[in-house]
Amino acid sequence: MRAGNAGDADSYRRLLLQLTPVLRAVARRGLASAGMADTDAEDVVQETLLAIHLKRQSWDEDAPIGPWLRAIARHKMIDTLRRRGRRIDLPIDDFAEVLAGGESEPSMLVADVDRHLDCLPAGQRNVVRAIAVDGASISEAAARLSMTNGAVRVALHRGLAALAAKFNGEGT
Amino acid sequence: MKTADLIRALAADSEVHPMPPGRALALALIPGVAIAVGLHFAVLGLRPHLLTLLGEPRLLFKLCLTFLLAALSGALVARIASPGGCIRHITLLLAIVPALLAAANLAELLAVPAAEWGQRLVGSNAIFCLKSIPFLAAAPLVAALLALRQGAPEHPAIAGAAAGLFAGAIGAALYATHCPDDSPLFVAAWYTLAIGFVVAIGAAAGRRLLRW
Repeated sequence: MRAGNAGDADSYRRLLLQLTPVLRAVARRGLASAGMADTDAEDVVQETLLAIHLKRQSWDEDAPIGPWLRAIARHKMIDTLRRRGRRIDLPIDDFAEVLAGGESEPSMLVADVDRHLDCLPAGQRNVVRAIAVDGASISEAAARLSMTNGAVRVALHRGLAALAAKFNGEGT
Repeated sequence: MKTADLIRALAADSEVHPMPPGRALALALIPGVAIAVGLHFAVLGLRPHLLTLLGEPRLLFKLCLTFLLAALSGALVARIASPGGCIRHITLLLAIVPALLAAANLAELLAVPAAEWGQRLVGSNAIFCLKSIPFLAAAPLVAALLALRQGAPEHPAIAGAAAGLFAGAIGAALYATHCPDDSPLFVAAWYTLAIGFVVAIGAAAGRRLLRW
């Protein structure tokens, strides 16, 4: 995380990838204990990852990172439960079967992020798509969309912040 | 979008370096406090003979207490921006302020004859105090809330209230250099009420502005 905050994108990416299974397990457990379908778990995971990313400066580098991560994950979990609480979620699948699925990512696409992505302004949406889904680097995305590297960086950052805000605004 | 895709986008965005909350608070406070001090001198002004009166224990106590409250609540605001951080110690330290105020009130009640209590409590410009402290606190409150938005406070309303306490304390510390009522009785009644008003505004604003 320290390396990530210092701008080392590779170690930062590895850290987030390592965190994901843990977050997924936590999300599943949280949703299950609230009696909700765990098809929402991947949404919670993505929302938590977004929050970790956008709020990474709020971690004090001298403090242990565990409590910080736990607090963010808990905050996002509570947020989700509060929001989903207003909807009626009936688990259709046999519960045991879902649990047997382990912690691997479901192959289906996650509905919420995509729905929110569709609501972004076209410029931000194209940049986020190009980098996230097509795996382009900043400069490749810039070339493809005929933008400058700086403009791509700004659009990417704004797009991610807007995604997080969309998650937040839902249900208020 | 798959989670691995999202992570790729997040990693690509890691070159931007957001500011840590403590530094964001310090930076936001510079204009916030400058505006408050400017308004103070433009509208209220220092009390006449403030420096020669500094030996007066009641005035000195009032000034020290408001500055202590501002310092401690400022530390609380800086800490509350980080999730998972420990705020218990600083909150316990904050309890010193009402304890000192209570002790000063007791001393005042012992030192002053009962017939004068009422006059000391109401002072000469209580309503003006109630208006001035929130007036001076407004710019620091905006600054503290903006800085907290950079952080990730776990409880938006509580964080907003802490920002209100901090801003109210700054407003009170400035107002204390103008206000001619020095009795701890007056401070306990009116300063507390005025700061409480700013805390309530901060909590209401925090509930809306500090969600993440």
